[in-house]
This record gives sequence, C-alpha cells and structure tokens, in this order.
Amino acid sequence: MKTKEIFEVDKNGYYGEFGGAYIPEMLHNNVQHLKDNYLKIIKEEKFKKEFTSLLKDYVGRPTPLYLAARLSEKYHTNIYLKREDLCHTGAHKINNTIGQILLAERLGKKRIIAETGAGQHGVATATVCALKGLECIVYMGEKDIARQAPNVARMKMLGAKVIPAVSGSKTLKDATNEAIRDWINNPDDTHYIIGSVVGPHPYPDMVARFQSIISKEIKKQLKEKTGNQLPGYMIACVGGGSNAAGAFYHFLNHKSVQLIAVEAAGEGINSGMSAATTQLGTNGILHGSKSLVMQTQDGQVIEPHSISAGLDYPGIGPMHAHLFESKRATFMSATDEEALESAFELAKLEGIIPALESAHALYVLNKIKFKIDDVVIVNLSGRGDKDMDTYMKHITTQ
Amino acid sequence: MMNRIKKLFSDKKKNIVSIYFTAGFPELNDTNTILNVLQKHGADLIEIGMPYSDPLADGPVIQHSSMKALQNGMSIKLLFDQLNKYSNSPSGVKAPLILMGYLNPVLQYGIEKFCSDAHKAGIDGIILPDLPLHEYEIEYKNIFEKYKLDFIFLITPETSEKRIRKIDALSKGFIYAVSSSSITGSDKDMSAQEEYFQRLRDMKLNNPILIGFGIKDNKTFLQACKHAAGAIIGTAYIKAIENSNDIEADTEKFLNSILGATIAS
Repeated sequence: MKTKEIFEVDKNGYYGEFGGAYIPEMLHNNVQHLKDNYLKIIKEEKFKKEFTSLLKDYVGRPTPLYLAARLSEKYHTNIYLKREDLCHTGAHKINNTIGQILLAERLGKKRIIAETGAGQHGVATATVCALKGLECIVYMGEKDIARQAPNVARMKMLGAKVIPAVSGSKTLKDATNEAIRDWINNPDDTHYIIGSVVGPHPYPDMVARFQSIISKEIKKQLKEKTGNQLPGYMIACVGGGSNAAGAFYHFLNHKSVQLIAVEAAGEGINSGMSAATTQLGTNGILHGSKSLVMQTQDGQVIEPHSISAGLDYPGIGPMHAHLFESKRATFMSATDEEALESAFELAKLEGIIPALESAHALYVLNKIKFKIDDVVIVNLSGRGDKDMDTYMKHITTQ
Repeated sequence: MMNRIKKLFSDKKKNIVSIYFTAGFPELNDTNTILNVLQKHGADLIEIGMPYSDPLADGPVIQHSSMKALQNGMSIKLLFDQLNKYSNSPSGVKAPLILMGYLNPVLQYGIEKFCSDAHKAGIDGIILPDLPLHEYEIEYKNIFEKYKLDFIFLITPETSEKRIRKIDALSKGFIYAVSSSSITGSDKDMSAQEEYFQRLRDMKLNNPILIGFGIKDNKTFLQACKHAAGAIIGTAYIKAIENSNDIEADTEKFLNSILGATIAS
C-alpha cells in the first residue's frame, strides 16, 4: 500500500526534503523554546478564545467570500474572491501578527522585532504591538523605505521604530538578515515575528496555522453558498507564501481541489529581472530553512525583481517547495505588466482595487481554461492603496 | 602526522591567537600574502572566511568584507586554487588552517567534493555556524571525518550544560565559545561574561576553548586568555586591513597591539 502523502510539517520540521532549522547556535535556545511551546500554547482554550475574538472584533473576520459576477461572466465560470483585502490594515498579514503577539505575550517577551518588504507586515506588526503596548522595531531595506513612504509613516504613527537595512541589496532579504542579527543580540526579551511561511522551523508551520483561518472560513462560506465546501480551484499569489499557505491549508488533503500558486515573473522569467523562485531556483538554504532559492552556481543568493515588493523575495516557504516538487500544487507566474493589467481589470469590472501581489493571482484567470460550472476561488490577499503610486504611473503612461 | 590543530593545542596551552580574514578581501589575490604575514607575526591559527552574500551570524564589518570579496570574484573554487598553490610552495603555512563560511555555498559546491578539496588544500578544520548540531550528527559527521577535517562547534552563554557536553563529545580540535550572544563585531562588556567562562572552566571539558566575538585589543585578549586557551579575532583585524596600503605592516602592528609586544627593531 502506498503511504499517504503528507503535506503538513513532520515532527522534525520538514516538508519532504525541505524545511529544518539551519540556524547559528546563538539562536538555538530561542528557536528551540518556540518549537517546544508553540503548539501547546496555540491549542490552549484561552489562547484560541482571545485569538478568535481579536480576529472577529479587531481584524473584522470572517472576511467575505464574494461571488464576482462580472469577472465570472468574462471568464465564463464562477469566480469567488476571498476578501482578505478587507482585513484591518489592508491585507492578510495581520492574521499572523495577532497570533504571534499573543504567543509572544505568553512567552514573556517584551520587545518585538519584524522584517518588512513593502511594509504590510511591518504595519501589521506595529499595529498589534500598539494593541498590546509592546516595543516594536521593524527592519526595512533602505531602498524599500524610499519606495514605500506611506507604510513607513503608518508604522511610525503606530509607535514603531523603523530601522533601515543598509547591508547587501538593501531590500527584504537584507531586512530579514538584520532582524535575525537583532534577535541574536537580544535573545532574552525579544520575539521575532516573521511575516511569511519562511525561516527556521517552527516558523513556517506556525505562520501557516495562523493564516489557515482563510481556508477554514472558505470551506464554511462555500458550503453555505453552493452546498459544497470544496472549490475546483484555489488560486493565490506566492512570494514567501503566507497567504497561499493559509488559502491552501485546509484543502491540502482534498485532491479534487486544484491548488494554483502564482509567482512574480517580473519582467519575464528569463529576463534576469524576476522573482519566480520555482522556475529559477535550486535547492538551497535561505534564512534558516532548506527550500528552493534563487542563487548563483556558487550558492550566493540572487537579488530578485518584481513590481510587487511583497513578492520580491529570492526564496519560497519550504511547504510550497514541497507542494511544487510533489506536484500537489501547480505553479504559474504573471509578469509585472500582466499583474497591472489584472489590477485595472478588477477595478473596472468589480470596483475593487487589489494589491499588486493579489493582482498576480488574478492574472492566471487568463491562462487556465475553466468550465462553465467550475468553482474558482482567488485569494484577494490585500488591497491596492499602498500601490497607488505605481498604478498612477501606469495610468499616465497609457 | 599529528593533526595540526591537535598539535598546536598540545604544544601551546595558553594565549593562542586565532585570526580570521575574508578570502578575496581587500583584493582578490591577497589570500597568500595575508596567510604569510599572519603567521610571520604571531597568529597561531588562521581562519579563512569563505564569503557569502547573506552572512547571518556576522556584523556589518564582515558582511561588507564578504560583499567586497564576492564583487572581487572570490569563490570556493578559486580559494582552493589559491590554497593549493600556497601549501605546495616552500613558504607554505605551518599554522593550522580553518575554513569558515555558511552552509549554502558549501552545499552547492557539493559536500563531499568540498571536504575532499579542502583536505587536499591543507585545511585542518571547518566552521559553518548555520550547520546545527543535529544535522551535523546525522548527515555530515562521517564525511568531515573521512577527510580528517575537525568540525568546530560554537557555544554561547545560553547553551545548556547538557548540550555543551554533547558538543564536547562530538568535537575534535577545540570549541569556539561566543563570548556574548552576539553577532561578530559587537561591543558587549566581556566582564559580564565572567560567570559563563567560570562555568565552562568548571565543566572540565575534553576540548580546549577559544573565545571569540568582541576581542579587539590587548586588554580584551588577555581577559579572554584568563579563561580559555586563547581567543579568536575577526572584525578587528578586518578593520585593520580594510584600507591598508601595506598589509604586512598593518598586520604586524595589529598583532602587536593584540599580543602586547613592543615592536621589534
């Protein structure tokens, strides 16, 4: 008998051959402490109650599952949008930061650090730190600080200290390095809230669990709307992959659900300006876990490119690397131009301005031939307010 | 032939100074010059850094030297070429050589090929801070041992006694004690670490200990030596040669400032 394929993390922190905790000894105690305690804490009744109540009353969950009628008409199928863009702070990122801040409180931590690329995770972290009255330090690439000024202002207004990462390429990968260094220097009082399903075990699993509320709600909502809790397609964009992890989570073992992960092709997969890790990456280690990594033959990490700062990452969570290798999920990509096209289409057809990240997921509606009675869900991971500068540039050049 | 690391620690019990430099920095072909002058002016042990784009356990100084080295074109392959020429030359280094880097470039090179080539190039030991104890034990130990490479582990003030004992049992050569939970080049007061060093001494480990991170002058060097067989210095040396016009003179000056010797006439 063939053993059942496992898509969740195993007891050693691996997804197939990917995952693990490749960290220096200086982080061993912190990561071990987290590993020994996270499941116990998040399964406590009191924790679950506070988490659920904050998601409901503070974040605004459940987020709607919306049947996009005009979009469905255009693509001759049934398209639902999971409206994570309606979460407080404007994206799914806060599901994870709420979970982790409650965990940090229970671990007795007083100081919170985070990395951010576009600033969405930084804002979500600054928000929950304000909510709980904890010190918040956000590392952000110097280049990203310059191109994401509104989110920098939001973090500051929320009381966070934003520290520019000036090393390396001065973007998300370096902000992550700086946050890890901070944690090495402050092992006792600090909790590091990683924003995606990346990093050493148990982070990928922990973040996926906090984000899994997305697919949990979808099942219930879809059952109410269609009588069947399982869609035919679940589509989500992937940078590190936290929104996709949450959207896929409760469908992983339902093989009838086609999981579609959409990466950022940037200016084209082979343009040298791309962030499509499954297409361009090879097995390697980045930020503490084994996964697919965009790297040179010598194992030096390559700086990726995407118009969307949230997808501009040279790796992918180990769970997704495993979904790719095992072919459980189909990986597709959308270019900068294609994402822009879909963002404008959604704005015009549905009156919703999506985040550039989510617009990548929308583009694959053009690439898959759906049947008229298919049920297709796109995880609309965030709203487009933060991307208005990019969108306006596009309008003026049209 | 007795392993050179073992020999060093059996010949010299105190005040061992180990110097780290990044291969390919300041200039691509400085490796052999630096090896020569370090040994000539008193380094007992030399750590050669294999530059990596994302050195998590290092501070800004070594991140910068690594980036510059990569821009200069340094790679593991090129480093082995340089070292092969060197160890076969008459002036070849007598001090034990240790390669320090991160796991990813080593995996891309191929772990077995890496160990085999390192052995051929005269390397005695390896430090890979992001290769954890557990993974080392189950996947890598046999390969390193096959090529007679000592794998050097790090310990910190937070490392439990049980874990230190395990590391001691797995270690050959020496143990690298990080003096505070900190990245390289940070400025924490070493006197705050006295209790930790005392605890290590009381444990009577099988392996000698070298203390690293935060050592930059004679005072901090002697402080470290009070508690251990010696000290490892990286960031301070990189700073001493980063804008150097005369690597030998600056290296001599640097080592004298650490060892507290007067400059010989």
